[in-house]
Amino acid sequence: MWADTDVKAWLARAADSDVWWSFKSSTLTIVAAGATLLIIAIALLSPLLAPHTPFDPATLSLSDGLKPPVFWSADGDWTFPLGTDDQGRDVLSSIMYGTRLSLLVGFASVVVAMVLGITLGLLSGYLGGMLDAVIMRVADVQLTFPAILVALLIDGVVRGLISVQRHDEIAIYVIVGAIGLSFWVQYARTVRSSVLVEKNKEYVQAARVIGLSPLLIMVRHVLPNVTGPVLVIATLNLGLAIISEATLSFLGVGLPSTEPSLGTLIRLGNEVLQSGDWWITVFPGATLAALVLAVNLLGDWLRDALNPKLR
Amino acid sequence: MMTASNNPPLLEVRNLRIEFPTRRGTLLAVDDVSFDIAPGEVLGVVGESGAGKSLTGNAIIGLLEPPGRIAAGEIRLEGRRIDNLPYEEMRKIRGARIGAIFQDPLTSLNPLYSVGRQLVETIQTHLPLSAAKARQRALDLLKEVGIPAAEQRLDHYPHQFSGGMRQRVVIALALCAGPRLIVADEPTTALDVSIQAQIIALLKRLCREHGTAVMLVTHDMGVIAETADRVAVMYAGRVAEIGPVRDVIKHAQHPYTKGLMGSIPSLGVRSERLVQIDGAMPRLTEIPNGCAFNPRCLARGERCLVERPNLMAAGASRAACWLHDKAGVGAPVAKQEPVDA
Amino acid sequence: MLAFILRRILQSIAVLLTVGVVAFSLFRYVGDPINAMVGQDTSMEERAALRDKLGLSDPAPLQFLRFIGNAAQGKFGLSYRTSEPVGRLILERMPATLELSICASLFVMVLGIPMGVYTGLYPRHWSSRLLQAVSLVGVSLPPFLIGILLILLFAVVLRWLPSFGRGSGTVNLGWWTTNFLSWEGIKALILPSITLGLFQLTLIMRLVRSEMLEVMRTDYIKFARARGLTNRAVNFGHALKNTLMPVITVAGLQLGALIAFAIVTETVFAWPGVGQLFIQSVQFSDIPVMAAYLMLIGFLFVIINLVVDLLYFVVDPRLRSQGGAARVGGH
Repeated sequence: MWADTDVKAWLARAADSDVWWSFKSSTLTIVAAGATLLIIAIALLSPLLAPHTPFDPATLSLSDGLKPPVFWSADGDWTFPLGTDDQGRDVLSSIMYGTRLSLLVGFASVVVAMVLGITLGLLSGYLGGMLDAVIMRVADVQLTFPAILVALLIDGVVRGLISVQRHDEIAIYVIVGAIGLSFWVQYARTVRSSVLVEKNKEYVQAARVIGLSPLLIMVRHVLPNVTGPVLVIATLNLGLAIISEATLSFLGVGLPSTEPSLGTLIRLGNEVLQSGDWWITVFPGATLAALVLAVNLLGDWLRDALNPKLR
Repeated sequence: MMTASNNPPLLEVRNLRIEFPTRRGTLLAVDDVSFDIAPGEVLGVVGESGAGKSLTGNAIIGLLEPPGRIAAGEIRLEGRRIDNLPYEEMRKIRGARIGAIFQDPLTSLNPLYSVGRQLVETIQTHLPLSAAKARQRALDLLKEVGIPAAEQRLDHYPHQFSGGMRQRVVIALALCAGPRLIVADEPTTALDVSIQAQIIALLKRLCREHGTAVMLVTHDMGVIAETADRVAVMYAGRVAEIGPVRDVIKHAQHPYTKGLMGSIPSLGVRSERLVQIDGAMPRLTEIPNGCAFNPRCLARGERCLVERPNLMAAGASRAACWLHDKAGVGAPVAKQEPVDA
Repeated sequence: MLAFILRRILQSIAVLLTVGVVAFSLFRYVGDPINAMVGQDTSMEERAALRDKLGLSDPAPLQFLRFIGNAAQGKFGLSYRTSEPVGRLILERMPATLELSICASLFVMVLGIPMGVYTGLYPRHWSSRLLQAVSLVGVSLPPFLIGILLILLFAVVLRWLPSFGRGSGTVNLGWWTTNFLSWEGIKALILPSITLGLFQLTLIMRLVRSEMLEVMRTDYIKFARARGLTNRAVNFGHALKNTLMPVITVAGLQLGALIAFAIVTETVFAWPGVGQLFIQSVQFSDIPVMAAYLMLIGFLFVIINLVVDLLYFVVDPRLRSQGGAARVGGH
C-alpha cells in the first residue's frame, strides 16, 4: 500500500517537474524521443522483423544483385523493397541488422567511457596528489587529440599485437574499447570537479571524525550530484560514439564486412557509388543520420532542461 | 529637500504593473506602484528580495529583462513619458538623463577595456566632445569620485582596482553625462562593510553637488536612514508605505514597516529584544486575497482578508493599510500561525 | 609575461615528450622492427647483429633519447609497408593535407563565426532558429557521409566537380605541389574542403552562439546598456571581444582537429595526403608511420596551443599583468 502512494507521489512529482514540462512542451523533442525509441525497437527486433537474413551466404543469390528500390524503377522487386547490393543482399534487412550493431557499439562504448571516466574522476579528485596530476595531464594531452584519432591509434596498436584473423573475431570489443577510451575525459573532469567541491564540505570531514570512510560517503553524495551532467554528456556522447563507430567502419578499421554496421554498409556501397547505384549507400546513410540526429536532439534538450554548466 | 509638492516632479511612476509570463500563469511582480521623485531628492526603496524594488528600478531605466514586461501604468521623466519609447530613443536617455549603478562593481565593468576607455566611450556617446576633451572629462570624473593618482589609473584595467575603487569608477560612469536621476540598485551590498559607508557618503555628496536625484534601492534600512529624504517600503510587489524618512522610521504607520523597524538594533534605545516578523513574504504565486501582508499581520481584521488597501494618508506618510481608513479593519481575526511544512 | 611564455613552452615540451613516449612505445614494443626489415631466412645471429647495430639492445631510456633525437631531425626509420623512409613519405604528402586543411579552416572561420555571432545576438529571430536547427543536422551527419552525398550530387549526378584525388591541376613547385595555381586544382579542392569543414563549421557556430548568449547575460553588458551605449558598441565592442577568448581556444583546437579529420576526408576523396597514408598504415599496422604521424600531430597541436596562448595575451589585460595565473574562459 505504501508503495502505491509512494509511486503516485513520485509520478505526481515527476509530472510536475520542470524537466517533464519542458519535454512535453517541445514537439521536436517528443518526435526525437519517439524516433529514437522506434529505431531502437526495430533494431532489437531485427531478427523477427527483417524480411531476409542478409549475411547468411546460403540465402543469397547473385541474380538478385543490384535491384533498385521498388519506388524508383519498374525493375524493383517487392521482395526487396529498398533494393539489393551487388551481392544480392536485401538493403532493408542489412540496415536493420546494421543499426542493431551500431547501437550496440554505441551504447557499450558510452558505458565503458562512463565507468572509466567516473572511476578515474573520483579517484583523481579524492586522492589528489601525484595520481591526480598524472590522470589530469593524460586527460589534457588526450583532449588535444581528436577522439577518432585516439580510437584509430588504439585499433592500429591492437592490429600490430594480434593476427588479422583474430582481429576480425574480436573487432567489436576492440572498437568498443577504442571508442570508450577516447571519450572518458569529459566524465572524469565533471566528476573530479564535483568531488573537489564536496571534499571540503563539513559532512565529509564529520564522516572522517566518526570513522566512516569518507570515500564511501562522497560516492554516495557526489554521484547523485553529477547524475544530470553525466546523463547529458552520455546522451551527446552516444551520438558521437555512433558516428565514431561508423567512421572507423567506413575507414575499414571497424567492424568487418561479415558483420556490417551502418558504417560498413556505407563503405561497401561507396565502392560502387560511381556507377550510380545510390540506394546501397544512401539508405544506410539516411538511417545513420536520422538516428544520430534524434539522439543529438534528445541530448540538446536534456542539456537545456537540466542546464548544468557544460561546455 | 522635501519639496515634491512645489516643484514638478523629476520622475513620476504611476500605477506601474510588471508581469512575468510563466508556465504556471502570469506572475504579478510589481502591482500598481506609484511614486514621485523630486529633482535632487534621494528616494530610498526598501523591501525584502522579491518585493519588486529592483524590477521597478530596471523598468525606469528601460532594461526590464524579458520575459518581464510593463503591463500597465506609466513612467514619466521631466513630464515626458518614457516607458513606451522605442529602444533607440530610450538608449539616448539612458546614461544621459538617467544613470544607473548596479550591485556588483566586480562584474559591472568590462574586464577587457581600461576604465579610461569605458569612461570616454560613455562620454562620447552622449556628449559632442573631442577625444581629448572627453579624456579630460574622464580624468576629472575619476578625481571627483576620489581615485588617487587618477592620471595613471585612467589607463588601468578593472582588475587592477579594489572593489571599493571599482564602485567609485562605476559611479563616475553613471555621472558621465550629468544625468538628472541615478537609479542605484543595492550599490553597496557586494562591498566590505568598512567601504560601504564611504561609497554611500560619496554618492550622497556627488548627487548634492550635481543636483542629481537618486532612487536608492536597498534592503539596508541603515543606509536609507543615513541617505534618503523619503523612503518607500515595498512588500510583495506593492508599496506598503511611503513618506519622509524620519517619519517612517520614527512613526511607522504600516504594521509591516513597524516590524521592519523593530528588527533594526539601535544603540540609543534599550529594548528587551528585537522584534521579528513571523513568517515570510509570500511567493508571487501565492499572494493572498485582500492585503498581501495579512497572514503575518498582528492587527488584521476581516476586511484585510477580502479588500485590498491602497495608499492612504497616515500621519506624515501614506500607508496601504485599513488601520488608517475610517471604517477600519473590521472584526479582528487572529494571525495565521506559521505552518511547518 | 616572459615567465608565462617560458612556462608554456616548457609545458609544450612536456606534452611533446608524453606523445614521444607513446610513439616510442609503439615503435619499439608493438611489432618487431627486425622482422619487418629482414627476410624469413635470416639467421638468429644475423638478427642479433642487426639488433645490436640498430641499437635495439641498448637500455630503453637510451633508445628513447635516440628516438627523440632522430624524431627532431625528421628521421623515423623505414615504413614496414613500402620500405621507404617515413620522413620522406610524410613530407611528400604534407602539401596536399595542408592545402586541404587551410581551405577548410577558411571556410569554417569565414562562415562559422559570423553565423554564431548573428544567432547569439538575435536568438529569437526565425533565421537564427533555422540556422540552429540546420546546424544540429550538421553535427549529426558524419563527415564521410557528407562527402559521399556531395560526390553523389556534384560528381555523379551533376558532373560539375571532380571527386577523386587532387585532379590534374596540381602545379609542382619543386618541394611543394599546389592546387592553388590552376582552376582545375581549385575545383578539385572544393568538395573535399566543404566535407572537411562542414562538421567543424556547425561546431564553431554553436560554440560562438552559446558564448555570445552567455556574455550577453553578464552584468557588464547590462551596465553597458545602462550607460546608453549604442547597440553596435555593446554587441561588437563589448560582447564580441569577450566572446573571442574561448573562441580563439576552440578555433585553435579545431584547426588541429581539421588536420586529423582530414584522415576521413582524404579517404572519401582519395586525396593523396598524410591522413590517407596514416589510414593505410593503421590497416597494415605500419608502426613507424603511425609513430611519426602521432609525433607530427602532437607537434602541430603544441604549436597551435602556443599561438593561442600568445593571442590570449593580446586580448586579455588580466593575463598581461598577472603573468597569466589563470586562463580565463576556455575549457
